[in-house]
Amino acid sequence: MRHTISILVDNEPGVLARIAGLFSARGFNIESLNVAETTDPQTSHITLVTSGETWIIEQIIKRFNNMVNVIKVRDLTSETRVEREMVLVRVDANQETRAEILRTADIFRAKVVDVGPKSYTLELTGDKDKVTAFIELLTPIGIKEIARTGTVAMSREIQINKKRN
Amino acid sequence: MAKMLGAQMFFETLLDEGVEVIFGLPGGYVLKVYDVMPQYTEGKIKHVLSRHEQGATHMADGYARASGKPGVVLCTSGPAATNTVTGIATAHMDSSPVLVFTGQVPTPYLGSDAFQEADHIGITRPCTKHNYLVRKTIDLPRVMKEAFFIAKTGRPGPVLVDMPKDVLIGEDEFIIPKELNLRGYKPSTKGHPVQIRRAVELILKAKRPLIFGGGGLIWAEATEELKEFARRLEIPVTLTLMGLGAYPADDPLFISMIGMHGSYAANMAVHDSDLIISIGARFDDRATGGNFGKFAPNAKIIHVDIDPSTIDKNIQVHCPIVGDAKQVLRQILENLPSEIKVDRKEWRGKIAEWNREHPLTYRQNGDKILTTFVIDTLYNITKGDAIIVSDVGQHQMWVAQFYKFKRPRTHITSGGLGTMGFGFPAAIGAKFARPDEMVISVAGDGSFQMNMQELATAVENKMDLKIVLLNNRHHGMVRQWQTMFFNSNYSGSYFEVLPDFVKLAESFGAKGLKATRPDELESTLREGLFSDGVVLIEVVVDCEEMVYPMIAPGGAMNEMILEPADMA
Repeated sequence: MRHTISILVDNEPGVLARIAGLFSARGFNIESLNVAETTDPQTSHITLVTSGETWIIEQIIKRFNNMVNVIKVRDLTSETRVEREMVLVRVDANQETRAEILRTADIFRAKVVDVGPKSYTLELTGDKDKVTAFIELLTPIGIKEIARTGTVAMSREIQINKKRN
Repeated sequence: MAKMLGAQMFFETLLDEGVEVIFGLPGGYVLKVYDVMPQYTEGKIKHVLSRHEQGATHMADGYARASGKPGVVLCTSGPAATNTVTGIATAHMDSSPVLVFTGQVPTPYLGSDAFQEADHIGITRPCTKHNYLVRKTIDLPRVMKEAFFIAKTGRPGPVLVDMPKDVLIGEDEFIIPKELNLRGYKPSTKGHPVQIRRAVELILKAKRPLIFGGGGLIWAEATEELKEFARRLEIPVTLTLMGLGAYPADDPLFISMIGMHGSYAANMAVHDSDLIISIGARFDDRATGGNFGKFAPNAKIIHVDIDPSTIDKNIQVHCPIVGDAKQVLRQILENLPSEIKVDRKEWRGKIAEWNREHPLTYRQNGDKILTTFVIDTLYNITKGDAIIVSDVGQHQMWVAQFYKFKRPRTHITSGGLGTMGFGFPAAIGAKFARPDEMVISVAGDGSFQMNMQELATAVENKMDLKIVLLNNRHHGMVRQWQTMFFNSNYSGSYFEVLPDFVKLAESFGAKGLKATRPDELESTLREGLFSDGVVLIEVVVDCEEMVYPMIAPGGAMNEMILEPADMA
């Protein structure tokens, strides 16, 4: 099962290496990882997405909590939350495909951030499904290059209690 | 504003922490520290010069295990630091508080592949509790204070502090913080009251309860609370390798060690129990037989541990309690009703019966000395009061089975990592921690060869230290596994060439003795143990003796190999 984990850490060199090291050492896979400073320059925020059985994820979270530089860990998976990812896609563009590319961009509300004789670079922000669909649609046209940020997430103020069947 | 050298701040902070001895070896980037050292070694801090940084690290580790205080290592960069890695990993696996202070290239040269440069932080990241690279002289005292705090609190563990040369030769104001601000590190020691009450409920209902104690009991110094708890409720006690000594072995409630080479009675008790009260143990594969699915099939499990990540790691438990063993036991005792009636006759009778069926035993009736006979004789001569530092292998298991440890911090061994070569240097460290007690390093010939250069350190420091060297010319435990599981294919387990250990000891200025016949064993041991100085007592032992019982890999705790016939 896919888990989105939010981690608040001391903004110090080596912290990210320690967190990543936990995964590589135990063979767990990181799907995506996103890190940046918060408003407090001594604190950084990490959003990490990983897959695995729940008891393994619980183990990982406990080990994060043990780390000296980790201030707080939250598993957002069971919470109602906002998840976003940004992607930059450089698409092959020629006479026949230019219009189609711009139409797709328009439908997804993506922006054209670079243009050249042979390509367009599009910028899109959205949740995981939207980004995946966008990339899938552009793939047959020809993606030259792609850069994704990975998921960034935050819980919503109003938590909707999901009833389990 | 008075300025101080980084190298001086180093010693001033060690003094502030109450450090009395450090184990080290000089080198290029720590020369300033060694230059400043004489100002501090006149009566304030002792420096023990080892012959290998690995030896120094094991010494600091042995010191920590014998005293409960953090052990300190000082060495230079590059190969010196990498030489400490085995020692650091050893301390990490057994939760021992060891501080390793390494020199490093000056900060502008970091990452330039300079002479004797290595990425100490990167290399030790997975095997330290935490590590630091100091970048400014003024930060050194604060970092050191944080390092000590982290090493000795919560679940103890090794911390490495990397000190670049410019930090050590730089000058700045000497500031020791009065309070530490570690936002992400706040170990909790008190057990949750709801969990405590749940545990008490389970304990009062249990018909066949068993205490399963580990090394955490010793780090928490919880022996008194454990004795009160066990005796008040008349609950039998078994201990893991690392827990031996936490409960007196001569107490009638004590069964024996548990696990792969634990006694028949102890393993059967675990298998048959209806409530396992685990305190300060981490349910590793050696203590549980390795088959986590078959562990204690009839029991509910209470798990008390200071590290939340240990709980539910290998075995799912019914009542987890995160907290310090001593505090939690006290909380449980306070929550017990004042009147408790228990009837353990049947349960204890069962355990006694198992012990009668298959006791830990040996038969010394040939002309080859059995290691078990040596350990038993050692126990009798020392009345079970010595501090025994064992190494790794068959002898380690026999020490655990036959030396009945009565007090905590008298059994020192590398349990988690199983580091051969740990024992002798650790014994040196232990002796510095407990100078007035008898400290004996019990080692196999394989293990002793790995750090035998530290004989120089022991003699140089005029130590009163005894080594009982059990020589079977083999890697004994390897030979046992090859006999049992590899069709007796003895590949790489025999030593064709060995030093003359007596002459080796004498070449270092120590005393050497040797026993080859059972009838001269006791007198040779007595002579050696009661002589002064560093004494190596070599005992030539039978290489065919095997450790029983044994739970084969993947076996349940009631599936033990009790004698050679069981292997068919």
